Amino acid sequence: MIEIVSASRCVTCDVCIAVCPTNVFDRGADGVPVIARQGDCQTCFMCEAHCPADALFVAPLTHPAPPGSPLTDEQHVTETGLLGSYRKEIGWGRGRKPGARVAIGPQLGRARVTPPATPPAETTSTPAPLKT
Amino acid sequence: MPRTDTTTLDLTADVVIVGGGPAGTWAALAATAAGADVVLLDKGYCGASGPTASGGTGVWYVAPEPDAREKAMASREGLGGYLADRRWMARVLDQTYENMNRLATEARYPFPIVDGQPFKRGVQGPEYMRRMRAWVKRSGARVLDHSPVLELLVDPSGAVAGVAGYRRQHDTGYRVRAGAVVLASGGCAFLSKALGCDVDTGDGALYAAEAGAELSGMEFSNSYAIAPAFTSVTKTAYYNFATFFHADGTPLAGAASQGGRSVIAGELLRNGTVLCQIDQADPEQQRQMREGQPNFFLTFDRLGINPFTDKFPVTLLLEGTVRGTGGIRVVTDDCATTVPGLYAAGDAATRELICGGFTGGGSHNSAWAMSSGTWAGQGAARFATGLGPARHRRRLAATGGAGLRPTRAVRRGNAERYTGWSDAEQVLREQVHPYDKNYLRHGERLTPALAELDAAWRQLRAETAATGAAAVRIRQTAAMVAHARWMYTSALARTESRGMARRQDHPRLDPAQRHRISVGGLDSLWTRPEPEPAEAGQRLTAVAS
Repeated sequence: MIEIVSASRCVTCDVCIAVCPTNVFDRGADGVPVIARQGDCQTCFMCEAHCPADALFVAPLTHPAPPGSPLTDEQHVTETGLLGSYRKEIGWGRGRKPGARVAIGPQLGRARVTPPATPPAETTSTPAPLKT
Repeated sequence: MPRTDTTTLDLTADVVIVGGGPAGTWAALAATAAGADVVLLDKGYCGASGPTASGGTGVWYVAPEPDAREKAMASREGLGGYLADRRWMARVLDQTYENMNRLATEARYPFPIVDGQPFKRGVQGPEYMRRMRAWVKRSGARVLDHSPVLELLVDPSGAVAGVAGYRRQHDTGYRVRAGAVVLASGGCAFLSKALGCDVDTGDGALYAAEAGAELSGMEFSNSYAIAPAFTSVTKTAYYNFATFFHADGTPLAGAASQGGRSVIAGELLRNGTVLCQIDQADPEQQRQMREGQPNFFLTFDRLGINPFTDKFPVTLLLEGTVRGTGGIRVVTDDCATTVPGLYAAGDAATRELICGGFTGGGSHNSAWAMSSGTWAGQGAARFATGLGPARHRRRLAATGGAGLRPTRAVRRGNAERYTGWSDAEQVLREQVHPYDKNYLRHGERLTPALAELDAAWRQLRAETAATGAAAVRIRQTAAMVAHARWMYTSALARTESRGMARRQDHPRLDPAQRHRISVGGLDSLWTRPEPEPAEAGQRLTAVAS
């Protein structure tokens, strides 16, 4: 869920208020968006991708981060390079190469099926797969 | 008109498109190209709403070479239980090929270059939908964001003639008179927090049914995607490279992203924990995964997990009819529904025509979205033009029921309190999300679950009334409850296992049930077997000629 709106980075462009598909933000009195309906956040990272100032941080959790979590700490996410990392990876922003140019992905063959544990010589108990 | 707050914005258009994802944006382009004046309404933001925008998707893009096309069509027929239709598959392959090429030239989508050629078998979601929005705006269509539709409006003959809704960032109601309406509002994932899916609450299916439309394939609605526990990023395909474990770290034999997901569900039901490690990808594949889907790694990077070397807990998130194939039944080549003036496209429409009863997740659904969107946009424009200038002078009647117009008198003072939706959301969580009810289906569990959902519906229908933002919420809830009832009613009607609609009490395929199942109704539901796909195809051709 969205956890951080950096007041120092925010350029009050209102883009996040517009693009959030679930209308999580309200415009604050000083123009800086406030997280008004965090419970509606669907953790889709779209606000972060569209923020031109890298002022937003979405923790990758579908519930609010616990108090004291580093994921709510602007200094931590800045120093670890997490702030703005999604926009960088998809290549949005001036001077960057669109990530779409390299988005091919690996060849997907048949899915691997987890094999039973190789039983030690004297053990025979392997969990039976649930038949459905 | 429903009671709406303050001033009502009153617009007219030839074609209204409900939903601004892939299907809606392609529909808008097709309708404007046909000369129609188009209004596109997105509940959130056209360009950021829905699972495509926040993720990325493969595309069923196959060069027009007979052998390649034949192989593409044959590949999923068996998985889909032989309910797909070759004629529709061929049409979708043709249309998708054309649209993807236009995406490259007219929207200048930056496709990767492989062996000197643009690689068009997939798109990165944020880039795709950002460009689609820009293209739609360039086409002259008007786009209204944060403007959820609340109901359809019909003329005295019952033809769909507009929509009414609410602009949530302006706190005002609105109405659009239109010659025709395209529902491209997505499937239903029941607020499961699967990536980008919380806007998909099945609204279009409810509105269509209220106007008299039918649904089809709603038993193919039990899609669940793998995600790290307590997170949103669903990218089940990458778990093809995974090994799954019990909580104690011993292998969970038989578990797999495909063909073994029920083993994961069973273990989660029994013991609550399944661990995973993506240990089968070599370093080159690991690098390709990061380039292919950077958002897949957001979760891991931010939680400090190395998915290739660490064991991390996973869950299964309900994707319902977003990744299933059920939806509004379409009856003509231009995706008209059984209601005049109403068209359906993308995940809002049934995808059985090309997927049969197997998930259209990934490439098929995206191909269907752009193809059906194109046809529905063209069809709606044609229909609107055919009505002549009278299209904007029709008397309008509202069709919305549950949540807007209670059948029992609700005291005025209580109207704003819209009792019922939170109860109904609880019923949905208890009767639709659980793996032992919706995924590992058994008649003995489906029947009581359906009874609970029916009771929730009766309460919503009889006693709830809301306006403004509350109306949006309650209409979503009503749509999800209706959706779930159609799902379980169809699932009970199919007394066999076909495609993804598997029944523990009917584990075998029954050759006598090789037909699609239509479903409909609101207060009392009905189902009806449809003729075999081949016959249906011939019938439609005969009607068209």
